[in-house]
Amino acid sequence: MGVEIEEVARTIKRPDLVQMYYYLRLTRTLEDRITALYRQGRIVGGVYTSNGMEAVAVGYASALEPDDIIAPYHRDMGAFLVRGITPGEVVAQYLGKRTGPTKGKDGNVHIGDLKRGIIGFVSHLADNYPVATGAALSFRLRGEPRVVVTNTGDGGTSRGDFHEAMNFASVRKLPVVFFCNNNQYAYSTPLNLQMAIPNVVDRAKAYAIPGEIVDGNDVAAVHLAAKRAVQRARSGEGPTFIECKTMRMHGHSEHDSAKYVPRELLEEWKKRDPILKAEQWLTRLGYGDETLFREVEERVKKEVEAGVEFAEQSPLPEGPEVLDGVFAD
Amino acid sequence: MTTTAQAQREVTYLEAIREALDEEMARDERVFLLGEDIGPYGGAFRITEGFQDKYGDWRVLDTPLSESGIVGAAIGAAMMGMRPVVEMQFADFISCAFDQITEVGAKNHYRWGAAVPMVIRAPFGGGVHGGPFHSECPEGWFFHSPGLKLVAPSTPYDAKGLLKAAIRDNNPVIYFEHKFLYRRIKAVLPTEDYVVPIGTADVKRPGRDISVITYGAMVHVALEAAESLTQEGLDLEVVDLRSLIPLDKQTIFESVKKTSKAIVLHEDNKTGGVGAEVAALLAEECFDCLDGPILRIAAPDTPVPFSTPLEEFFLPKAGDVVAAARKLAAY
Repeated sequence: MGVEIEEVARTIKRPDLVQMYYYLRLTRTLEDRITALYRQGRIVGGVYTSNGMEAVAVGYASALEPDDIIAPYHRDMGAFLVRGITPGEVVAQYLGKRTGPTKGKDGNVHIGDLKRGIIGFVSHLADNYPVATGAALSFRLRGEPRVVVTNTGDGGTSRGDFHEAMNFASVRKLPVVFFCNNNQYAYSTPLNLQMAIPNVVDRAKAYAIPGEIVDGNDVAAVHLAAKRAVQRARSGEGPTFIECKTMRMHGHSEHDSAKYVPRELLEEWKKRDPILKAEQWLTRLGYGDETLFREVEERVKKEVEAGVEFAEQSPLPEGPEVLDGVFAD
Repeated sequence: MTTTAQAQREVTYLEAIREALDEEMARDERVFLLGEDIGPYGGAFRITEGFQDKYGDWRVLDTPLSESGIVGAAIGAAMMGMRPVVEMQFADFISCAFDQITEVGAKNHYRWGAAVPMVIRAPFGGGVHGGPFHSECPEGWFFHSPGLKLVAPSTPYDAKGLLKAAIRDNNPVIYFEHKFLYRRIKAVLPTEDYVVPIGTADVKRPGRDISVITYGAMVHVALEAAESLTQEGLDLEVVDLRSLIPLDKQTIFESVKKTSKAIVLHEDNKTGGVGAEVAALLAEECFDCLDGPILRIAAPDTPVPFSTPLEEFFLPKAGDVVAAARKLAAY
C-alpha cells in the first residue's frame, strides 16, 4: 500500500509534485470556502466535499494526458480543477449562476464538460462506470490511444452498473481505469454493512481485473498507481481496478453532521491528512519547505476569493431558460 | 438509373429495418451495433444476420447479458462521437436499462450540453404469445421522460426511413419496432436513400367522419376497421403518429378539426398511456370543434397475458374500433 521514497524520487519530478500539492490545497481551500458560504445560507442546494480525500482525484487526474477522459463522481473536486475547471466556475455552479458549467441546470459537483474531457456525474452512483466503459470502447473502435478514468465510492460498488461495466470492460479489454474511493461510509452506512468482504478490490477478482489497494491519502501513491494503470490500459492490456483507502472527514453532505462516525476514527485519520502527507514528501525529497507551503497557501486563497467574487457577480439564469437544451440540434 | 426489377422489390418490415442498419453502417463508420446475441446468431429475430461477417466483431458487438451496462456503454461511446445502435432484444428488457436511459442518456444534453446520438431498438408489442415478459409496450415509461425521442413505425417504408433518421439524429432515440409486423407486412421501397423525419405523423387513410389516432401495429387494426366501415358509409381517417416524441400535434389537430370526432387507439395499457396525452391535448386544443367525446381504445390495465383467449381479449381489435366509431357516429 505504501510507496518508498526511492520510487517517488525516481518517478515524480519536482514540478509535478509541487503542482499536485497546489491542487490539493486549491481543492481544500475552495471546498472549505464553499462550506462557509453554505453555513452563511448563501448556497441553495447541498454541498458535497472531498475533505480528507483530495489526494485521490488529484492523484489520478494528474496521471492523464490532455486527450484522456475522466468520468468522476461527487468527491472528485480535485479532478475538475486539474482538468481546468476554475474555482469561479465551481462556485458559480454552486450558486446556480449562468456562468457555472451547467448554466444553472444542475448544481454543486454535477459538472461535465467534454471540451475539458470531463463526463458529467449523475447522482445515481456508479452510473458513470458503464458510461466510462463506453467512452473507452469508442477509443478502442477508432484505434485511438486514449484512456478513460472513472471513480465511485465504496457504496457505489454494490450497484449492478458497477458490475456490468467491470465485466464488459474486462471481456473486451477496454482502456478504462476503475477507481474506488473507499472512504468507509456510504452516506451513513459503514463498509461492513455494505459488503461482506474486507476489501473492495476483491470485487475485481470476479472479472479477472487486476486490482490494487492504495493509500488514498497519499497523492504520490495514488498518482503512481494511476500511471501504471493508465499505461496498462493504453497499451491494450485492459482495465485495472484501484481501491483507494481513505476516510470521509465531513458528513455525506454539509447538512449531515456524521454523528454515526466514531470521533476516534476521525482523529486517527486526521494524522494522515493528504495535505500533510504531501508536505512530508516535498520535505523529504528536498522539493520544498515551509516557504513553498505558505506561498501555495497564499496563492490558492487569492484564487478562491477571486472565484467567489466572479461567481457572486455573475448573473443568475432567467426563468424561461429552463426550456432550453432538452434536445441537441 | 435503377432497373424496374430493383424498383419493384418487395421487403418485409423486418427487412426494411435490416436495410436501414446495413446502409447506415456502410454510409457512416461511426455507426456500430451492440447487443445480446446480435453477432454470429444474428439477434433474436435474425435482423443482423450476416452483419458480423460484413462489418467485423467490433462494429457488431456481442455483449454480456447486461442491459444497463450496454446502454451506459452506448451513451459513453455516443458522447465521444460514435453512433451506437443498441438492440434491446425484447423491449420488455429495457426496464433493466431504465436508469441509464432516463437519468443519464436523456439528461446529459440538458444538464451540461453533451449530445448523446444513440438509438435503442426495442422490439415491442404482443400478438405473438410472448406472455408478460416478451410482449410489452413500454413506450409510456419513456413518454414521460424529457430528453428522449420515441418513434414507432407501422410500415416497412416508415421502419426504414425512421431508423435512418434516428441514427442520424443527435439525441437518444428509442425505436419501437413491432414484432407482430416483422414478417407480416411487405412493401415496395424506393431504392434511393430516404429518411422519414422524426416528429411527423402520417395520414395513412384520409377520411371525413372520424379520426383514429394511433401508431405501431394498431395502425393496421384501424385500417381494417376503416375498410369494414365503408359499407356503412362511415369514412374513418387513420392518423399514424409514427413519432410519439416529438408529437406532431399539428397533424392530429388538423385531422380532428376536419372530422370533429376522435378515437385514440393504442396497444399499450390504457391508464397513463400515450393515448391519454393525445386525448387531453384534443380536449385542450380542439374542444370547440368536437361533436362527441374523445374515445380511447387500449389494452386493459393488466400485464400482457400468455394464453391465446386471454391475449385475444387483451389486444384491441378492429371490432373495438368499429364499435367505437358507431357510437361516435350517433352523436
